[in-house]
Amino acid sequence: MFKTFPKGGIHPPENKLTADKPIVVLPVPPQVTVPVSQHIGAPAVPVVEKGTEVKAGQIIAEAKGFVSANIHSPVSGKVNKIDTFVDTTGYKQTAVLIDVQGDEWVETVDRSTTLVKEITMTREQIIERCKECGLVGLGGATFPTHIKMTVPSGKKCDLVIINGVECEPYLTSDHRLMLERGAEVLTGAAIIMKALGVERVIVGIEANKPDAIKHLTDLAAGFQGITIQPLKVKYPQGGEKQLIKACTGREVPSGGLPLDVGVVVQNVGTAYAVYEAVQKNKPLVERVVTVTGKKVKEPGNFQVRIGTPVTSLIEAAGGMPDDTGKVVNGGPMMGKALAMTDVPVTKGTSGIILFPSEESRRAVVQPCIRCGKCSSACAMGLEPWLISVLSEKAMFEKAEEEKITDCMECGACAYTCPAKRPLLDYIRLGKSTVIRMARERITK
Amino acid sequence: MSSTVLFTIAMLGILGFLAAVILYFVAQKFRVVEDPRIDLVNEALPGANCGGCGYTGCRAFAETLVKSTSFDGLNCPVGGADTMGKVALILDRQPVAVEPRVAVLRCNGTPANAARTSYYDGAVSCRVAHSLYGGTTGCHYGCLGCGDCVDACKFDAMYMDPVTELPVIIDDKCVACGACVKACPRNIIELRKRNKKDRKIYVSCVNKDKGGPARKACKVACIGCGKCVKVCPYEAITMENNLAFIDSYKCKLCRKCVAECPTGAILEIGFPVREERPAQPAEAATN
Repeated sequence: MFKTFPKGGIHPPENKLTADKPIVVLPVPPQVTVPVSQHIGAPAVPVVEKGTEVKAGQIIAEAKGFVSANIHSPVSGKVNKIDTFVDTTGYKQTAVLIDVQGDEWVETVDRSTTLVKEITMTREQIIERCKECGLVGLGGATFPTHIKMTVPSGKKCDLVIINGVECEPYLTSDHRLMLERGAEVLTGAAIIMKALGVERVIVGIEANKPDAIKHLTDLAAGFQGITIQPLKVKYPQGGEKQLIKACTGREVPSGGLPLDVGVVVQNVGTAYAVYEAVQKNKPLVERVVTVTGKKVKEPGNFQVRIGTPVTSLIEAAGGMPDDTGKVVNGGPMMGKALAMTDVPVTKGTSGIILFPSEESRRAVVQPCIRCGKCSSACAMGLEPWLISVLSEKAMFEKAEEEKITDCMECGACAYTCPAKRPLLDYIRLGKSTVIRMARERITK
Repeated sequence: MSSTVLFTIAMLGILGFLAAVILYFVAQKFRVVEDPRIDLVNEALPGANCGGCGYTGCRAFAETLVKSTSFDGLNCPVGGADTMGKVALILDRQPVAVEPRVAVLRCNGTPANAARTSYYDGAVSCRVAHSLYGGTTGCHYGCLGCGDCVDACKFDAMYMDPVTELPVIIDDKCVACGACVKACPRNIIELRKRNKKDRKIYVSCVNKDKGGPARKACKVACIGCGKCVKVCPYEAITMENNLAFIDSYKCKLCRKCVAECPTGAILEIGFPVREERPAQPAEAATN
């Protein structure tokens, strides 16, 4: 039985060109740029300086504050400099530049590929290990994992959902991870289950990945409490709240967190990272990135070190096609166009998509005719046309009343708009302004 | 027939009279005493409701003016000395002379000066572009060119130049209300003292990067070399975060800094052409 969420949603063309391309491990680049802020929250503070010799897996920047994450060196070599660089978000931020020498890892890291299924650690140890290893949510939001695994007093968690939906078109990194490292992903899920003290895990996978559903269903027989839930294909099913609704029927209240309905959602990539951190003591220094596009010569899924320049990823995929109009970091729906390709891969980079110029340009914007297509497409039950106009006209108090902060920026509204209005651009602006206003109110 | 008409008139008359009596007492009870000068001051103000004074509109400003005891910090930039003189007359106070100001764009990142490194395709709004990334040039401080300031200007004093891709401020129309200053997400526009003949000397750059990266992003960037600070005889120039700033109230328009600047980031506008060294070209655009 395929389940799905009831409200809104769209069906963009899937274009999963790389679904049958196995994960290729790319060689270590000659130089990496590791930003100190690759997560939501306070940037980490560098603990190395120019000239320091580092090994792969060694901590180079420590978490600062409650919501923050450690950063580890993805390579071995010498710190060239610590300076400001433009990263994938388009802003300048501090980064550690490392010249690569060899590939020497910290001794405590177990680099063997043997599957370790038995979980020997206690709850506290698991959470502490995730914190040490700088784990963040790899679905794109990059929220520090150890905070998500710590249930605050007064809240109760009874279910873990592993997000294998990958509803974004083009992206296949999670799909390949489930196929090729399925046992590790499920072990990771079991570890998360133990850390949260719950009995049940649901892995949600969309029906367009039948091989992954079958593979994981077979594997899940060897695990206690893990069920695989096939889901109807619909965007944005990978959104936490939509996935919870689809899998369990529970609805996260407006402004609330999944924990309010007793659920914690983790991405399959995160589950794999948790497995590596807990069983192999390996910090988060690598990830799988899909490099794709209709005119890309050899699109594929690549396992790369954090800090690898996007240019070398594009090279690995056969170089940039001549008529590329836009390079998008992330999925085509929620990703962001890069202003330059000379930026490093970070913990949150799930895909690099090269769009030919005829597909990349936006159409001419026309007036809103109040057709209501955006309202039907919105999976959060908002009125995108209204909140976008309110943000455009700087009526932020009103936008707050219209629950602009519930928007998850999935872009379904802008995709469906027949007048091609830049709805999400303004909603993002309004949302960030409203969040800032609310924060100022609290501090006052 | 006629009795019906008479009856109706009588009834309406009595009702009207009763209502009038009630209204009279209600009006007495709930009367709001308002200073009559507020209306007078409000009429004397330009009525643009631009918010340049810092209040929500002309009426709010009029109320504040009447309540205040002195004109300290209260000025209508639109009406200027004329309007404030009229207000002073109504309030029977001495007018305070406030020096007129003018908005100045501190960026010269034309396509010729700052090479475009990307093409912005999003919503045409500087606020949106600013929230997304550094901008279409290598400079992450300069003008984004979407014209939020032009949209904010209520006095038709600004327009976008299609060649320079920068907004242009028309000095004669600018009333220094500050709407553009608030609209600009990058704080590029500054209100400076209005000099005679609209002469201006200012650092037309807001790039806080070190010299190398700043120069690489834009040919006419301030590289923070500090030559202008040294040469200024009036201590009007300060250097902070690799960026020079000329205080328009201390500057005596001697133009020494302009000649000294190695990148041409300091602009001189409205001066006669120098004999020994011609003025920097391509400045009229940012006038």
